[in-house]
Amino acid sequence: MTLTALPYLLALALMIIGLYVVVAKKNIIKIILGVAILDYAVNLFLLLLGYRDGGTAPIASPQQAASSDTLATFAAGSVDPVPQALVLTSIVIGLGCLALMVSLAIRLHEKFGTFDMTRIRELKG
Amino acid sequence: MNSGMSLIVKTVTRLVAGFITLFGIYIVLYGHVSPGGGFAGGAILAAGLILVLLAFGREATLRMMSHDGALAWDCGGALAFVLIAALGYLAGGFFVNFLSHGEPGQLNSAGMIPLLNAAIGAKVGAGLFGVFLALAVFRPGRHREDPS
Amino acid sequence: MTTWLPLFVILPLAAGFLTPLAGRRPGESGGAARGLALLVGAVLLAGSIALLGSEPAVYWIGGWPGADRPSVGLSLVCDGLTQMLLVTVNAIAFCALLYSWSYIQRYTGRALYYCLFLLMLAGMNAVVLAGDLFNVFVFMEVAVICSYALVAFGVERAELEAAFKYVVLGSVSSLFVLLGIALIYNLTGQLNMALVAERLGALGTERGPAVWLAAGCFIMGFGLKAAMVPFHAWLPDAHPSAPAPISAMLSGVVIKAVGVYVVCRILFNVFGLNTPAGALYANVLIVLGTLSMVIGVFLAIGQWDFKRLLAYHSISQMGYVFLAVGVGAAVLATDGPRPIAALAIFGGLFHLVNHATFKSLLFLCSGSAEYAAGTRDLHELGGLKYTMPTTAGCCRVAALSIAGVPPFNGFWSKLIIVVATAMAGYWILAALAAFVSFMTLLSFLKVQRYALEGPPPERIRAIHETPVPMRLAMIGLATACVLLGVLVPLHRARLIDPATRTLTEPRLYVERFRPPDQPHMGTTWAAAVKELQP
Repeated sequence: MTLTALPYLLALALMIIGLYVVVAKKNIIKIILGVAILDYAVNLFLLLLGYRDGGTAPIASPQQAASSDTLATFAAGSVDPVPQALVLTSIVIGLGCLALMVSLAIRLHEKFGTFDMTRIRELKG
Repeated sequence: MNSGMSLIVKTVTRLVAGFITLFGIYIVLYGHVSPGGGFAGGAILAAGLILVLLAFGREATLRMMSHDGALAWDCGGALAFVLIAALGYLAGGFFVNFLSHGEPGQLNSAGMIPLLNAAIGAKVGAGLFGVFLALAVFRPGRHREDPS
Repeated sequence: MTTWLPLFVILPLAAGFLTPLAGRRPGESGGAARGLALLVGAVLLAGSIALLGSEPAVYWIGGWPGADRPSVGLSLVCDGLTQMLLVTVNAIAFCALLYSWSYIQRYTGRALYYCLFLLMLAGMNAVVLAGDLFNVFVFMEVAVICSYALVAFGVERAELEAAFKYVVLGSVSSLFVLLGIALIYNLTGQLNMALVAERLGALGTERGPAVWLAAGCFIMGFGLKAAMVPFHAWLPDAHPSAPAPISAMLSGVVIKAVGVYVVCRILFNVFGLNTPAGALYANVLIVLGTLSMVIGVFLAIGQWDFKRLLAYHSISQMGYVFLAVGVGAAVLATDGPRPIAALAIFGGLFHLVNHATFKSLLFLCSGSAEYAAGTRDLHELGGLKYTMPTTAGCCRVAALSIAGVPPFNGFWSKLIIVVATAMAGYWILAALAAFVSFMTLLSFLKVQRYALEGPPPERIRAIHETPVPMRLAMIGLATACVLLGVLVPLHRARLIDPATRTLTEPRLYVERFRPPDQPHMGTTWAAAVKELQP
């Protein structure tokens, strides 16, 4: 077990915690927090895939972009930008979902007077 | 609703709110040459408005930016983004960058990307503020089944 | 034609953001918004019909990659399967918009309703057009986030509860999809589906366990979106709680565009079936499909809420689609006779189109009954054939279609599925499919007996037929149910055969849609950058 595996283990642990909270908790706010934690776990995992030890930011200077070879050397020493772009998008989507869930929770509290999922039971069958 | 927080908070807010907005605009406009961009800058713009909301209360803030205003900026920004992207059809296709690309690293470069960034900045700033406004309507303990 | 492919996304997106601006003038009753939405729906429907039968095409957004650049660009692809889904989605959307013209006048916030509707439509169109995995994810999220909000549109107790369950399960399933995409990217260094398929094919048997994990993530994520048993718990709550046109959209097209379509595309075209894992994927589809088919119909029988009964039937009917597609995949994976595989997949896709028409129609009919009578409890309805003859007639057509009575469309697709399943050697499953069809018939006899027949109860004796736009939408879908059934030989060559071919000949996808002139795309960021340089 090398030290580089540790962040992946952190992502795994976050994922398990998030899933546990979503499945086991009855409080709406806690369920929302569980979804948020799960979201961060997947984002962290995605970000780690593009990470390179000691890599630089993937922005090439004009000198580095001068020829195909220098550019390849630069790219070999920089982190992968694609997962970063994906994570940004995924964070924005997660924000949208989170805002929607919170507003639903507020409306639910207005109607039912509680955040307890076990007492919000209109639908059966 | 009382009219916001203490005098100290209001004074400090008065001092920094303008700078926060300015910084947000800077982040939006320099999005194509430095870290940042429409989303980050828009979030900062929204933070400035939210600070005003917290310090001065709802009524004073709604005079600056109302619900309808936030909705209009939000949809207008998104519409501008789609239309700018569709303008690429003039040069051959959807999202084709038809403006001059300029010198990389300069402010006046990257064709239509700064315009797209500005559109996103408007949308995100107004959108996040709108979300905050919608959530700030909530008062704990108030629910409609309550007879009072 | 190819040049204008992005319009399927641009138009509803732009109109969606325009409607709230048009609808916020004081005294505005949403007339501008609904006119704009209906216009966009009509244009998209016409465009998608015009697209039918055209050659497979790929559109590179922003001019990337051009003739001489590698695949850093995003692509929109349009082959037979995409064309079929586009027609289905836009036809149902047009009918739902026409129906909303009158129906939604009872709600407040109409401009926002049309905004969410059009954004959902844009998301679905983009999902079926997208040529890379991450765009599938992003636009799936656009579509489902709008559907979360639309389920809660009535903001009453039941709607809010259903929407909250839907949004939690939907978010979790989306995160599994994202995890699968991350694993695939790490393995292949690509997101473009054609290039991913090519890399996975080149890796062959050295794919390792990551592909299995990714496939599991995709099946679970999209299976939850498609409400396969055992991931179905949210659907019977969410679909009935939405306004009727939205229920029709959700059951009619959303679970197909962001569920069934993506599962088929990824398993057939990206992962490929000619691998050791192919048979396993096929068996998973068959097992989940059979479970959905059987459990869905048994849960539906006991329902007395009209829309909830329909929602359970959606689970059951989607089970048919998955069973048929799974049987086709199993035959392909074991190098069985290809005509049988083609027949099974044809049956599945035909049933997908048919289900979109008759289930949307049923939801619209239940909405009409609720609109006029104020209830959707089958105990309290009755005698609709006297008070609302058009609604009752359309409801009868749809019920006979879903129950598999000739000559309506449901009969033909179910017949093909049963025959193909039997020919592939799954005798027990074929018998089960026929049995479930019988149970469906029983369930809809109950609907007819309690909702349409008998004397009208005192309370709803004076109700009237619904406004003209709602009736037009229902008549249009009922006509589609009949024509799709009677004219099978005419429409199959243009509508369904090209879609079947995309799935039975999965390698065509790579040949058609991979970026041009790039013999060996690098697997890493560094290699990609090297090729990027002119």
